[in-house]
Amino acid sequence: MNIKQKGKFGRFGGQFVPEVLMPAVKELEQGYKQFRDDPEFKQELDYYLKDFAGRPTPLYHARRLSEKYGITVYLKREDLVHGGAHKLNNTLGQALLAKYMGKCRLIAETGAGQHGTATAMAGANLGIPTEVYMGAKDIRRQRMNVYRMELMGTKVIPVTSGSQTLKDAINEALRDWVSNVEDTHYLIGSVVGPHPYPTIVRDFQSVIGNEVKHQIMEKEGRLPDSIIACTGGGSNAIGTFYPFIPDTEVKLFAVEAGGSGMESTDKAALHSASLCVGEEGVLHGARTRILQDPYGQILESHSIAAGLDYSGVGPELTYLAETGRIKPANTSDDEALAAFDELSRMEGIIPALESSHALAYLAKAAGSGELGEIVVINLSGRGDKDLETVLEKGVM
Amino acid sequence: MRISDKFDELKTKNEGALIAYVCAGDGDTTRIVHALINGGADIVELGLPFSDPIADGPTIQASIERALDAGMNPDRYFEMVKGLDVDVPLVVMTYYNLIFKRGLERFVKDCKDSGITGVIVPDLPPEESGELGRYCEGNGVDLIFLIAPTTTGDRLEDILERGTGFLYLVSRLGVTGARADIAGSTKEVLDRVKTDKPKAVGFGISSGAQAAEIIKSGAQGVIVGSAFVDIIASGQDVAGRLKALALEIKSSLG
Ligand SMILES: Cc1ncc(COP(=O)(O)O)c(C=O)c1O
Repeated sequence: MNIKQKGKFGRFGGQFVPEVLMPAVKELEQGYKQFRDDPEFKQELDYYLKDFAGRPTPLYHARRLSEKYGITVYLKREDLVHGGAHKLNNTLGQALLAKYMGKCRLIAETGAGQHGTATAMAGANLGIPTEVYMGAKDIRRQRMNVYRMELMGTKVIPVTSGSQTLKDAINEALRDWVSNVEDTHYLIGSVVGPHPYPTIVRDFQSVIGNEVKHQIMEKEGRLPDSIIACTGGGSNAIGTFYPFIPDTEVKLFAVEAGGSGMESTDKAALHSASLCVGEEGVLHGARTRILQDPYGQILESHSIAAGLDYSGVGPELTYLAETGRIKPANTSDDEALAAFDELSRMEGIIPALESSHALAYLAKAAGSGELGEIVVINLSGRGDKDLETVLEKGVM
Repeated sequence: MRISDKFDELKTKNEGALIAYVCAGDGDTTRIVHALINGGADIVELGLPFSDPIADGPTIQASIERALDAGMNPDRYFEMVKGLDVDVPLVVMTYYNLIFKRGLERFVKDCKDSGITGVIVPDLPPEESGELGRYCEGNGVDLIFLIAPTTTGDRLEDILERGTGFLYLVSRLGVTGARADIAGSTKEVLDRVKTDKPKAVGFGISSGAQAAEIIKSGAQGVIVGSAFVDIIASGQDVAGRLKALALEIKSSLG
């Protein structure tokens, strides 16, 4: 038998894709293996991360927040990465990989528009034509990111099927890839999808955790007691957590979107907390926890943060939750809005609504002692893109 | 009826097989299936609708959406199939999560009990199909694999070895949907896939002329979906026109 299963985290992950794509995911696996340790590739990526993206990002001691909650709070400032979110770490890595592999077209899906924007940046900078699929509903709520992508020469394609959000944008990007697999690289934006994507994206995002480890040792001389990151697909979370997985004394909290409630209706969940309450299934090429009805139809998800509004989660996070290494948690739309407001007022930093879910967990859990004395929160992005949403909610 | 029996029968008559796809629950499925069979369909592939059909183009996506809105679900699907009373092989086409959620063993048993003798799962490549394959084998149900223009080398050999029922050759890169031009890559794939097992070509076929060309190029069957689904979507004289299109295509396969 020549055919073997690939890319599992425990029983999660895998390659559940149409036959047309199997050679492409294998080619990607091969290409990644070939180039990830290639000195020239590494040097070039390092250059882009430093001079183009602005790495390393600071690990900032949030003094007033620390005082309020009575523990030492550090913020990993991914909001300062070029483009305003951690997303560029991955898109630079993948776009460069695509270039080394000889692909001449990039496609991507986007929810909040952050990944689309980061893909547009990488595409424009490396001179690779780029097209981004975006749900029509997301286009309406994240208009500024649409303009940003278009300014950088990316074509934004509205997706009107299904719930018109991230999951449908992924469906459409997969359909495009099936049709144009020979010259196109599908630049997926989180640690989801078929193997090798969850591994590739994790590796490119691990720059976050590697820096944190170095910086916290410098500042505190020891590892933090806990790390908190918001979790949609899970790329900023696993990128921050990954270097700490062997350090079992460090608690890792993956905070999902609790939305407007932890219930579901017939076709939709009021939240996006697949790690917390999802059931095992197969979505977008991977076996993982997903929001689904009793028949296995995928439920639409909800979050005030478009970047967390997804019915699945990366298979490795599911595996780590199953083994108990990470702790899934969730905070609601309202709690995230309060945290958004608090960080803006107390630290002069306007966080993305996605990242506000991680911040909200600080407010929720600090009192219980569960977080220990030193906590690092990954501030995955800045909130400029969310001002309209927040204004509508009447927070300001 | 087993798929291989149907292909044996067609071989003695020197006919190519017409395999018709429709999505269950979009329109009056029982009536639709009978119209297709009256028009000469040799095998009916009945879609079990899934919310996120990544291998399907706009025509079949819309059909799936109508079916879901009309309340189709796996329980109703198997109930409906049980009542069909037809003497051609029935094949279920669906996405893996619905099978996974129902439980692989239960799903295959439901197929067997309702008279389904083949399963096609477009998002289940052979790499992931071991467990489902074992249940299928144990229950006399064929697990049908797809072969794409990009399927080559060891993987192709492996699929040829595992495949039962028929081999589903995808005529071109892309999703389902009717296309005017499908000839070039189809001939190439047919020549490349050397096997004694029946080969059926799908994705894009919508007319008798295209179907005849494909049979001439060495296929034992054609799979037609979107062209039938278009008729169902129109809502106009559905049964009559389905039968007429099936007749047109089938008569070009002899
Ligand atoms: C700022 C920000 N944080 C987090 C996310 C969620 O993605 P992930 O869970 O992959 O980090 C997004 C997605 O768009 C984002 O824009």
